[in-house]
Amino acid sequence: MPDELSREELLEMYRQMVLIRRLEEKSAELYTAGLIGGFLHLYIGEEAIAVGACKALRPDDHLLTAYRDHGWAIARGLDPKRVMAELLGKATGVSGGKGGSMHLASAEHNYWGGHAIVGGHLPLATGIGLAIRYREEDKAVLCVFGEGSTNIGYFHESLNLAAVWKLPVVFLVENNQYGMGTEVSRASARSDIFEKGCSYDVASAPVDGQDVLAIYRAMRQALDYARQHGPYLMEAKTYRYSGHSMGDPERYRSKAEIERWRAHDPIDRLANVLISHAWADKPALEKIHQDVEQEMEEIVRFAQESPEPDDAALYEHVYVNPIPER
Amino acid sequence: MAYITMREAISQALREEMYRDERVFIMGEEVGVWGGTYAVTRGFLDEFGEKRVRDTPIAEGVIVGAAIGAAIAGLRPVAELMTINFAFLAMDQIVNHAAKLHYMFNGQIRCPMVIRTVGGGGRQLAATHSQSPDVVFAHFPGLKVVAPGTPADAKGLLKSAIRDEDPVFFIEHATLYQLRGEVPDDEEYLVPIGVSDVKREGKDVTIVSYSKMLQTSLQAAEQLSKEGIEAEVIDLRTLRPLDVLPVVQSVQKTNRLVVVEEGWRSYGVGAEIAARVMERAFDYLDAPVRRVAQIEVPLPYNRRLEQMALPQVEDVVRAVYDVLYRK
Repeated sequence: MPDELSREELLEMYRQMVLIRRLEEKSAELYTAGLIGGFLHLYIGEEAIAVGACKALRPDDHLLTAYRDHGWAIARGLDPKRVMAELLGKATGVSGGKGGSMHLASAEHNYWGGHAIVGGHLPLATGIGLAIRYREEDKAVLCVFGEGSTNIGYFHESLNLAAVWKLPVVFLVENNQYGMGTEVSRASARSDIFEKGCSYDVASAPVDGQDVLAIYRAMRQALDYARQHGPYLMEAKTYRYSGHSMGDPERYRSKAEIERWRAHDPIDRLANVLISHAWADKPALEKIHQDVEQEMEEIVRFAQESPEPDDAALYEHVYVNPIPER
Repeated sequence: MAYITMREAISQALREEMYRDERVFIMGEEVGVWGGTYAVTRGFLDEFGEKRVRDTPIAEGVIVGAAIGAAIAGLRPVAELMTINFAFLAMDQIVNHAAKLHYMFNGQIRCPMVIRTVGGGGRQLAATHSQSPDVVFAHFPGLKVVAPGTPADAKGLLKSAIRDEDPVFFIEHATLYQLRGEVPDDEEYLVPIGVSDVKREGKDVTIVSYSKMLQTSLQAAEQLSKEGIEAEVIDLRTLRPLDVLPVVQSVQKTNRLVVVEEGWRSYGVGAEIAARVMERAFDYLDAPVRRVAQIEVPLPYNRRLEQMALPQVEDVVRAVYDVLYRK
């Protein structure tokens, strides 16, 4: 087995990737049916990154991500039923129906959100890293964002400060080649994003974002490095099959390009590894797909049958200590 | 009680809270080796060490953002922004993050933090270093916005802010650091956030103000008193949440209202107070509410022009004459 992962663990990673993909496909359906509002950013094609990286995280490590967050929430262990309920704006949603697709979080999982201001959560991750050093804890922060965020000031301010203070933060770039519809080479002076770590003396490396085992391996090392030394910049080269969000006309890329990436599909690749090493056969994998299908029915049913937030929820949590205006 | 400056009062509040709570720390530009650009944290680095008195790069976004992150993780950061004008560089962190996270994530995230900053004009620093945009920050639910006008309030309010579970934007006035006043030594001396205070009683007119303009209003009240006009001066102290009840009660007594603020008139504190008094005490008003505020220009460097643009004691006196229909 690679990297001390048991057969069961590998199959579980496979199951998670399938579940994430099916949940995204289902979300697209529900969005089209008008049951999900706002924006919906799908993670299809990028599943290996969340699953591989979260496998390397310890429960008491911290996680922050951008708004393409459904896959991350599930890989981090949040209840998929409550993730779907959040997409439907229900009271049982992970954010009580007040955050929506882009703002999933779970304090008990040290998952501090789903953030939708591009780059805005990098300083937050830096601060959580500061708190870890302040209390001399053996923990790390994983901060995930798209390559589009690396052109914004926050990226540079955060990498710099994390390096000056040697904070235990892994900055993980999901380079899916496009910031909305703008290709990386048209927006970033360097297309190999990991090279930007050099500016701040931050250790960095690229990784194949379509290979869940490569991600897992690299992330374990990166987290260990961060705990011991300081920040680390990892660039996962990846691709999203869907548009930036629902309703994206996709004028900026060709069908052929999408097909080229689909030939390296992360789920198929793990299936090939499992079969070629005889850790699973085709019927066993098929069974996983069937089980996920069944689970999806329960997930959607739970979300649809869940209650709306009550009126009082509108006013709750503006403040921890609200002070009535007299 | 001790007769000390606003600077000493703020410094005392910080020091006491750092001794009280190990989670409290300071971060910002020049807070450590330099001792604070307004000398508020002088000596703190030696006293508390680099872990708790942290010099940062000049990077307001990550100063505020990292403070939020530290607060999420359970610390009690006091982030210093050298001036309120630089807070605009951190606006996204203040508005889109500090003010929103608790609500958007349904109470799962807390940001118990203080952003200390310095506002106000009158020091010939020209247009980008002299602003009083306090109301901009008070616009956003999720933030608490505090702006003390006396040394005692500065100490008591800052201690309350540090102990508060919510993000507090704490505005000190650049020209008030030398202001002296009686300040309690008591380490448990706290002034509650969100409570306005009657600083001077009077029966003829109500003057509402805060921060530097509180002092200007009190001077105007002294001058008016010599002419037989007794002004009641109310200090808002907190801009959000706004405690308007003492204002309403005062207007019910005096029937006349002047609001004095250093920022621009449009969409300002005066506009807000006037609207709320209209809603709650319309029938008590014997004259239209008058607003005293900064002339609507960016502040110039030239001293005479700068002073022309800022509200002066005479402007307050004239506004009081107006609401009393005196020539």
